[in-house]
Amino acid sequence: MNTVLWVIVPYLSIVVFVGGLIWRHRYDKFGWTTRSSQLYESAVLRWGSPLFHFGVLLVLIGHVVGLLVPKSWTEAVGISEHSYHLMAVFLGTVAGMCTLIGMAILIARRRLVGPVFAATTRNDKAMYVVLGSVIVLGLLATVRANALGDGYDYRETVSPWFRSLFYLSPDPEVMAEVPLGFQLHVLAAFVLFAFWPFTRLVHAFSAPVGYLTRPYVVYRSRDPHPGLRAPRPGWDTIPSSGRRTAAR
Amino acid sequence: MRVMAQMAMVMNLDKCIGCHTCSVTCKQAWTNRSGVEYVWFNNVETRPGQGYPRTYQDQATWQGGWVRTRRGRLKPRSGGRIKRLLSIFANPKLPSIRDYYEPWTYEYEHLLTAPAGEHTPVARPRSLISGRDMTITWSANWDDSLAGGNETAAGDPILARVSERVRQEYAKAFMFFLPRICEHCLNPSCAAACPSGAIYKRAEDGIVLVDQDRCRGWRMCVTGCPYKKIYFNHRTGKAEKCTFCFPRVEIGIPTVCSETCVGRLRYIGLMLYDADAVARAAAVENETDLYEAQRSVFLDPHDPAVVAEAQRSGIPEDWIAAAQRSPIWDLIMRYEVALPLHPEYRTMPMVWYIPPLSPVVDVLRDTGHDAEDAGNLFGAVDALRIPVEYLAQLFTAGDTAPVTAVLRRLAAMRAYQRRINLGEPPDESIAASVGMTGEQIQDMYRLLAIAKYDERYVIPAAHAETAQGLEELATGCSLDYEGGPGMGGTGPFGESSGRYAPIAVENFRALADRQRGETFVDPADPSRARINLLNWDGKGRPAGLFPPRPPSPRRPEESPGNPPKESPGSPEEKASGSPEEKQ
Repeated sequence: MNTVLWVIVPYLSIVVFVGGLIWRHRYDKFGWTTRSSQLYESAVLRWGSPLFHFGVLLVLIGHVVGLLVPKSWTEAVGISEHSYHLMAVFLGTVAGMCTLIGMAILIARRRLVGPVFAATTRNDKAMYVVLGSVIVLGLLATVRANALGDGYDYRETVSPWFRSLFYLSPDPEVMAEVPLGFQLHVLAAFVLFAFWPFTRLVHAFSAPVGYLTRPYVVYRSRDPHPGLRAPRPGWDTIPSSGRRTAAR
Repeated sequence: MRVMAQMAMVMNLDKCIGCHTCSVTCKQAWTNRSGVEYVWFNNVETRPGQGYPRTYQDQATWQGGWVRTRRGRLKPRSGGRIKRLLSIFANPKLPSIRDYYEPWTYEYEHLLTAPAGEHTPVARPRSLISGRDMTITWSANWDDSLAGGNETAAGDPILARVSERVRQEYAKAFMFFLPRICEHCLNPSCAAACPSGAIYKRAEDGIVLVDQDRCRGWRMCVTGCPYKKIYFNHRTGKAEKCTFCFPRVEIGIPTVCSETCVGRLRYIGLMLYDADAVARAAAVENETDLYEAQRSVFLDPHDPAVVAEAQRSGIPEDWIAAAQRSPIWDLIMRYEVALPLHPEYRTMPMVWYIPPLSPVVDVLRDTGHDAEDAGNLFGAVDALRIPVEYLAQLFTAGDTAPVTAVLRRLAAMRAYQRRINLGEPPDESIAASVGMTGEQIQDMYRLLAIAKYDERYVIPAAHAETAQGLEELATGCSLDYEGGPGMGGTGPFGESSGRYAPIAVENFRALADRQRGETFVDPADPSRARINLLNWDGKGRPAGLFPPRPPSPRRPEESPGNPPKESPGSPEEKASGSPEEKQ
């Protein structure tokens, strides 16, 4: 059972996640978009969307640090477990609450504003359930561990196990000892990863960081083939003396 | 010097009657789909009026175009790269659907299903956005021809910039129509605002396009474009814009809006320009210098040095030849009658306008003056400050001098040609008074009044030496339609996800052959000949215009009102053109 939950499910999820993203990028570049609903409704979105997105970005940074950076490293630079924990719980709760409130605003808007609800697909609704449960389970686990007990050091258990997935020598036994709240959060997250490539969440992978460095106006040459269909093998165009491709 | 070619357009506003044929045919060709119901790549606005979307020219609100920084460089008015990225989760300056209009359909079903009753059933309007019943309060041309009077015209951001006196008198004074498409700017601020880099300017012909595969729906381009000619498809979540009908232009035929323009007021041609000079010209300090700055960027295609440089840049010979014959060059540079729309946005727009003289003429005529007399016209152009000030706000960032100069040239042409029409000797002093010769005036008159199709549209075909006709062969799947088993239409990830249904790049010659062809579609059935009535000059009877007559001896006496009976005539009879000999 432990092997299924903490080895097979994660690997399956990662394979579906990576493979799904590659497949979607090849098959459905056109569908790869934020599918923004701002045209319908802007006033509520202006609060909910930045709250959610900036919150979730902070949460992401927290997870990267907490899961990928070994405890020995942070201690080596002189951050004690206690101060790390305080910082993580404080920042994590703030970011988590931002995310949760933002998401609540966005979901309420999606349900209550007619045009936005009309533009919501079944896929979107399923995605909200999965994404929402991951966020809620994560927040619950953190808050409970810190409110009831004196915190839970996931960096002793969850983090090494998570890293071991990437060394290809996963150790399911550590995860079996982890509190149920964290277990559920991790499992829900892997379900979300498996679902990710097939939802609108793919837009996270087109974060336009290249904008910061590219020139303002982009020039491009005409596609070498007429129309929008890629030429079929054997029907490739005859190169016309490389005309204009160098002109910039 | 880096020579590039730009496909450009000039519209002669004097000829626009506001019939909206361009808008309608454009919509049929490009935006007749769900998600873009409110999208008009081409629209015709009444001036004064609020425009589409409402008050789009008010850049203090909508933040389109560029601003010059204190250091003399340009940055998008809505903010630089970092500010754009920080506001990516909710674009604060995006027009809402209410600034356009809420598209609707009618509940036609009700007409058929309503139970019998006292009153005639009506088809109520139903929103295409929310699917609910709605009240129609605004639309794409709600203020057409000054409908709504001062109430709507008062919302005109241009009118707000001219004086109070003008504002009150304006609606009485005159009105004209302004057809608008994407400006395909030399310095496009939509492309600059696109975080994904999906909007690009084509290196060959300067057409600005959105790569639908790279657009991620960040919506920044809508804000970036000061003309609000980028629209957000609310079903696919992608930006869409006027394409300058590139599949047509690439094979040498004009855009749909030009092709179908009833007034024949549009001109299409190439302009060569120095791409290295664009950034400097767009950043000149005074907004009123931008018109001249943009003219200084254009390169004379008759200049041998320019031609040599163009060849070195890889511009094909036939493109250089087309640039030399370009009506756009003549209207902008030789006759100096075309002006850019809102140069103060600093995007270097490439759809230019010949401002309308007709309002001035109308006022003159209404006051009982001779509206063709040069002296009267010149006086009126100078005296009628209202139209000139307004036009200057549209075309020259408020500088009235270029507008006055253009109107005087148009007035001179009018007076000069009137004398010729009346058989009087041409008066060279009229031409000289606007700095032209009589010959130039005649040439300009020819281009503005009687230029034929291939003089108005000088469009060299793109160089894709390839079998384009193959596109139209049946290489697609015949089951690939909306809802069909070929999985066309809606994909699994929302509207139109999955692969494209390709736009057929029509082979111009194949199309022309088919249109002019008088061969039978089905040789076995002569009643199914293909006749294109648009190509019929009214003379004679092309074979196949009427079903074949029965081979009866009384045929010559048959009256025209008596339709011949159905009969399977032989193809040979048809081919011999027997009906024609009686005409």
